[in-house]
Amino acid sequence: MIHLERVNKSYHLGHHALHVLRNVDLTIEEGELVSIMGSSGSGKSTLLNILGILDDYDSGTYRLGDALIRDLSESRAAQYRNRFIGFVFQSFNLLPFKTAAENVALPLFYQGVPRARRNALALEYLARVGLEAWAMHLPAEMSGGQKQRVAIARALITKPRVLLADEPTGALDSKTSEQIMNLLIDVNASGVTVVIVTHEPKVAARTHRTIRLRDGVIEADEDRA
Amino acid sequence: MSLDRLVELVETLRTAKLRTALTALSVAWGIFMLVILLGSGAGIQNGAEHQFRDDATNSLWIWPGATSLPFEGHKIGRNVRLTDEDYDAVKRHVDGVVHITGRFYLQGQFTVSYHGAVSSFDVRACHPDHQFLENTLITSGRFINQLDLAENRKVAVIGPVAVERLFKGKDPIGEWINVRGMMVRVVGVFEDEGGEEEQSKIYIPISTAQMAYGGASQIHQLMFTIDEKTDVEHSVAVAGQTKRLLAARHHFSPEDKRALRVRNTVEDFQRIVMLFQRIRVFIWIVGIGTIVAGIVGVGNIMLISVRERTKEIGIRKALGATPWAIVSQIVLEALIVTGVSGYLGLFAGIATLELVRKHVPPSDFFRDPSVNLGVVVGATVLLVLSGLLAGYFPARMAARVNPIVALRAE
Repeated sequence: MIHLERVNKSYHLGHHALHVLRNVDLTIEEGELVSIMGSSGSGKSTLLNILGILDDYDSGTYRLGDALIRDLSESRAAQYRNRFIGFVFQSFNLLPFKTAAENVALPLFYQGVPRARRNALALEYLARVGLEAWAMHLPAEMSGGQKQRVAIARALITKPRVLLADEPTGALDSKTSEQIMNLLIDVNASGVTVVIVTHEPKVAARTHRTIRLRDGVIEADEDRA
Repeated sequence: MSLDRLVELVETLRTAKLRTALTALSVAWGIFMLVILLGSGAGIQNGAEHQFRDDATNSLWIWPGATSLPFEGHKIGRNVRLTDEDYDAVKRHVDGVVHITGRFYLQGQFTVSYHGAVSSFDVRACHPDHQFLENTLITSGRFINQLDLAENRKVAVIGPVAVERLFKGKDPIGEWINVRGMMVRVVGVFEDEGGEEEQSKIYIPISTAQMAYGGASQIHQLMFTIDEKTDVEHSVAVAGQTKRLLAARHHFSPEDKRALRVRNTVEDFQRIVMLFQRIRVFIWIVGIGTIVAGIVGVGNIMLISVRERTKEIGIRKALGATPWAIVSQIVLEALIVTGVSGYLGLFAGIATLELVRKHVPPSDFFRDPSVNLGVVVGATVLLVLSGLLAGYFPARMAARVNPIVALRAE
């Protein structure tokens, strides 16, 4: 599903070049549940941004399914993100002025799906995360765990092939974190490839495979499956 | 644009009601002011043009004066005296004269009576063609004619004021009235758009007045119209020709400005028309300036709004919004704000002008303020352009938002 080959990425800060990813080789098969761990500055966020087509890389190749992700135009990248990838963020990133249902429906707006169909699907996906009763509520009226579930419903509504989660439990208490992890595991069980960036060993422990990054290099690749 | 996108836009605009309202107000105000300015300009112009409606706008008015330059051995300060012969000479020799009349002045108000009803009026003694110079409309009977002139008939044409005061609604045609001791017969009733003053005149044949009031064949003022389609240049040429003719007949220098005064209404009217053209240009400049201020306001507020919404834009991009989707959203937002508020301004402006038109009595300075269709179309085009302009820079900024930066957890 995801295939990285000798991927390099550096940031130029003035005269210094910060080499964030060094010759990263990584293959994640369809249906895997993978965590990426590493201390801050290890390059894990950069790796996730590249996987999510939010950022470009300098050299190497990245294939997502059959598609080579390389030097895409912004519009193309947006289309790929919309079709293939679902995002879940630490700070949820729901639009505060839209209801839960409208937030979930938003990715379909950019696919040109008609409103009625979008709203029906949004209710269906909210039901999947147990929040159909909250469809008409604004994010401000919901708890952190509920918001994250809305965000997961939003990530899933386009039927993505990969779900990328950036510290999905970072802003949640341990009990809620449990619930969110259960939900992500369910999502994975339904056939979606899930990649979770985390620094919490407890979260990593529940995934099938953990990739440890250090200074832009894959230090360890532990398979528990 | 689909209805769906519109709904999405309106939802976004609703989240910043105050900001949207204030932005809208600045544009609405700009358009409102433009409409009011243009309407008022038209009102002032209509008022000024109305003042000309009473008189032919293609006429030359000539008054004799006293010489101020020595000429052919004559001293200065000699009075020039125009007579019926000058009237005939101008009529015969000046090219392009259409209607010509003299006026014999009768000083002061004349006491006029009819069966006990007494009032006083201005009496104007003139030739039959006078009708065309003052745009006098005959409502019953007739105006003074050549036969009246040839036979020094004691006839009069009276205005509606005299009809009301002396006849109190009775048909005055054929009745005899006493004009300062001279019995004259009413042969016609006229109306004049020149206001109360012109409406209360009494016209009598010039020859009758010259005979009755010791004028011999003197004429105090000569007026004539020239071809309707005449231009300023031609009217000036005719004025010059007339002046040279009279100068030769009365032995004064054609350069003498005081011996003969000439008023050229073609030139006057043209000058007024030009003045209003310039005023209109000025109004557009001021109005566009006001609108530009509004546009800059909208652009500014949109720019702030884009900056505030960096995160929102980042989220939308991460979820698959293409740059074009973002750009079109921002531009359409600006377009909707400027369009809707502009139309409100346009509507408010036109409504205000209508109120003024209904409730403020028309005068010589201001009447019928209005904007025409062209102005409305122009303002609309201006609005659309300004909306696009106001949205363009903020939209470009929004399109460059980097979703990674926008989404970074704070």
